[in-house]
This record gives sequence, structure tokens and C-alpha cells, in this order.
Amino acid sequence: MLKTPFYNIHLALGAKMAPFGGWLMPIQYQGILAEHAHTRQAVSVFDICHMGEFSLEADPALSGFDRVVTQNITSMPVGSCRYGFMLNEQAGILDDLVVYRINKNNWMLVVNAAATSGDYEHLKKNLSGKYHLQNISGKMGKLDVQGPQSLDVLKNIFGDGLAGLNYYRFSEFVFEKERCIISRTGYTGELGYEIYISNDYAIKLWELLLKDGRVKPAGLGCRDTLRLEMAYPLYGQDIDTDHTPLAAGLAKFADFSKIFIGKDALLKEQENGPREHLVCFQADSRRAPRHGFAIFDRDKRVGIVTSGSFSPSLCVGIGMGYVSGNYDIGTQLVVKDSGTEIPVRVVKKPFLNKTSI
Amino acid sequence: MNIPKNLLYTKDHEWARIEAKTAYVGITDYAQESLGDITFVELPKKDEILEQTKRCATVESVKAASEVYAPLSGRVLSVNAELAAHPELINQLPYEKGYFLSMEFSNDSEKANLMDAASYQRYVEGLSK
Repeated sequence: MLKTPFYNIHLALGAKMAPFGGWLMPIQYQGILAEHAHTRQAVSVFDICHMGEFSLEADPALSGFDRVVTQNITSMPVGSCRYGFMLNEQAGILDDLVVYRINKNNWMLVVNAAATSGDYEHLKKNLSGKYHLQNISGKMGKLDVQGPQSLDVLKNIFGDGLAGLNYYRFSEFVFEKERCIISRTGYTGELGYEIYISNDYAIKLWELLLKDGRVKPAGLGCRDTLRLEMAYPLYGQDIDTDHTPLAAGLAKFADFSKIFIGKDALLKEQENGPREHLVCFQADSRRAPRHGFAIFDRDKRVGIVTSGSFSPSLCVGIGMGYVSGNYDIGTQLVVKDSGTEIPVRVVKKPFLNKTSI
Repeated sequence: MNIPKNLLYTKDHEWARIEAKTAYVGITDYAQESLGDITFVELPKKDEILEQTKRCATVESVKAASEVYAPLSGRVLSVNAELAAHPELINQLPYEKGYFLSMEFSNDSEKANLMDAASYQRYVEGLSK
């Protein structure tokens, strides 16, 4: 089991640790509900060092990089980042990733921890000509600072320049002579920043952040409830090689004006309509749908829950899952497991609307 | 770890407080701590007949659902209605306002299957080794 440079710091803070994507990660410190509320109301810092980062020097067209990802990267301004996918030929999702344009032909790719080595191989296989691809995950630390007060807290450290950063834009900043990248991005639905900085300085930054009384550490437990309230997909759970961006309702992150691996399959699927749809549903009670529970339309089994939890903000059970057929907003369904039946209704995403993002 | 002296305990971390023929039932401090934030609890109905070691309730935390087993056999006298809206009471006061139910227990000899506080303390210490 891999450990981030923060492992001992987490233990000293009394974190409950658990495996995630091959890494031993903090699930909670004080408690998931308290950390969730603190992120929505104030500001939390998350150790996200497990995520993978690649640096890539490549002309997007000549190297084939543009073909490997679904987002339109050639139109990205330098200093912007964009969410999208790497697909296989069948349009199954190999990973979701954020591409950062550092310079004209200089990129950073941020990928899921468990998918890192597979993504690297996929890129190697599909890039050609002159390019330089490097897996920099080992030396690159990542801290997510998320919450309505995140800008106020980070301005004290990085200066007022941070205030000019728009959503999905990034810039280079200096922390104690160390250069780092800060993007205004996140996985919580709140105003927030993701900070890429070498491991040693990541620890110094974490310690400085926690000296600010407004900042508390938060674990992957609340990261999951925070992202689920926004209906953000989790790779390996809501999206995977068995599902396409179309089925997942994420086709807007594929640019159909260009050529990309999986495009033909996606177009074909679009023609016939996807066999399954990812839908969001909400229970009337506090009872939580769980990953793997069956979804029923009256007495007919129509799908399976991919993510489900108690929503700390809404105080009811919420979830997402794939269903065959089309279900309109408001349709009543039932989520079932042995002995458990949870009536739910299909709702629009996201579950939570008024956030600081 | 809070383990009150006057209660009886199960290996599954339920407690029972005996008052004449009535037993008050809940889960222990160790159980609530391991589960984390409790978000939902399903309780039996009044007059339902419970059987020792058989499921009597379900608790859900943010991460998972777990079954709670009856520490004794008998009939449910009342359930803690406050838990429906405030399951966090189980985390905050597991032996008081976070109790699950009261029951009229039917078989005095079943108490012998439960641990006293000292035995439960040793049992819990053994688990964390």
C-alpha cells in the first residue's frame, strides 16, 4: 500500500486511514459530517498527493496528443485547464483527467491514482514523433484548499494576485522560493484551489495552512459526500471502461469537432441512443442508497447504483446509477438491497445548487 | 473509551441496562466510534418480539450500514423516537439519550451470555491488539 508524504501527519492528527486507489489515505479526522460542513461553510485542506500527474511536451497535432483526449486542447489558452476523458476505441472511459496548458506545447495532465500507470501506457502507445512524456507523480505533491473562505486564506500566503484567477484557470506562484501551480478548480462544488507543489514544500504549506484558525484538515470521506452532492463522477465507480461519456451524461466534455479515439463509437451510440443512462436520485428519508444496490421501476429491475450516500447538506439519501431506458425528472423508483427498500425519485443534477463555486 | 460499570455487554458491542424485568438497549461507545457519524437508524416496532443475538435494528453511518443484534430475548416496550430526526445522539450519548429501545426480557438465564463491564473492557482491548 502506497503512502503519501503526509502519512505520519495524518496519524498524528488522529485520522482514520483506509485504502483508496492503492494508497493508504485519511478517510476522516474529526468526522465526515463535521468536515463536510466545514468545507461548505469555511475552508478545508485535503491531502491529494495520491493523484497522478504527467508532464508532456508535445505539439498537440503532430504528436497525436489531441487524438488521445476528448477535450478541445488546441483552443485552450495558456494558463487554462480543461476537463475531459481518455477513451478506448469502443468509447469506454479509460480515465477522466484535467489537462493544463502550461505553454504552447507544454502540458500537465492530472489523472486518477489507480489509473496512472494505465494512462501512461495508453499515452505512450498513442503518441508519436517528437514528444517528451514524464510521470511526475512521485515528486509532485497536491493539496486541495476548498471552501468559501479559501481565497481569503490563500491570499495571505500567495498574494492578492490569486483573486484574479477565474474558474478553470491556473497560474504559477511562489511559496518560500519554491515554484508551484495553483488552479481554481476542485471536487467539492465550493470556491477552491488545487495546489501542485513538490512534496517537501507541500508539507510546509500544509503546516502553515493549519496555523490559520479557519482551516481544518478534511479526509476522503467528506470529499466523497461533497462531490456526490454536486453529482461529480468518481472514476471506477460512476464511470469506467464499460460506460461512455454519452451514457454518463458527460458528452459535453467531448469535442465532436475534432478527431479523438472513441469518437466513431460515440457517434454510433448517439445515433441509436445509449443503452443506459446515469441518473441522479434522491430519497425522502435519511436512508442511503449504496454502491451496488439494484434500481427498480415498480417490480422490474432497471439498473444499479454506482454511488450513494447520506447527503449531509440535504439530510436525505442521494445517489447516482445507470438505468436502462429514459426516466424523466420526478419519476419514482425504488432502490433495493436484501431487506432494504428505499423509495427515490429521479432529480436533476447537481443535488445542491447554492454553493460558493 | 467509556464502559459504564452497571451495564451488560455483547461481543457485537450492544449494551443492556437491567431494571427489574425491563432492559434498556443501545450500542457501545466503541461501536459508535468505529461506525463514525450515524445518519439513520431503523428500529423495531412496539410489541415486536426480539430474539437474543438476532437482528433488532439497523444503523447507517455515512460510509456503511450495520446490523444491531438484540442482547436479550423479549418484547419491545418502547423505542427511542428521538433517534429518527437525531441519530447523532447515538454518537454523542450512546448510553443515555442515544439508547435504542426498552424491552421486557423473557428469559433471565440469557443474562449469563452477556459480559460485565470488566470482561467487555478486556474484550475490546483484545480487539485493538
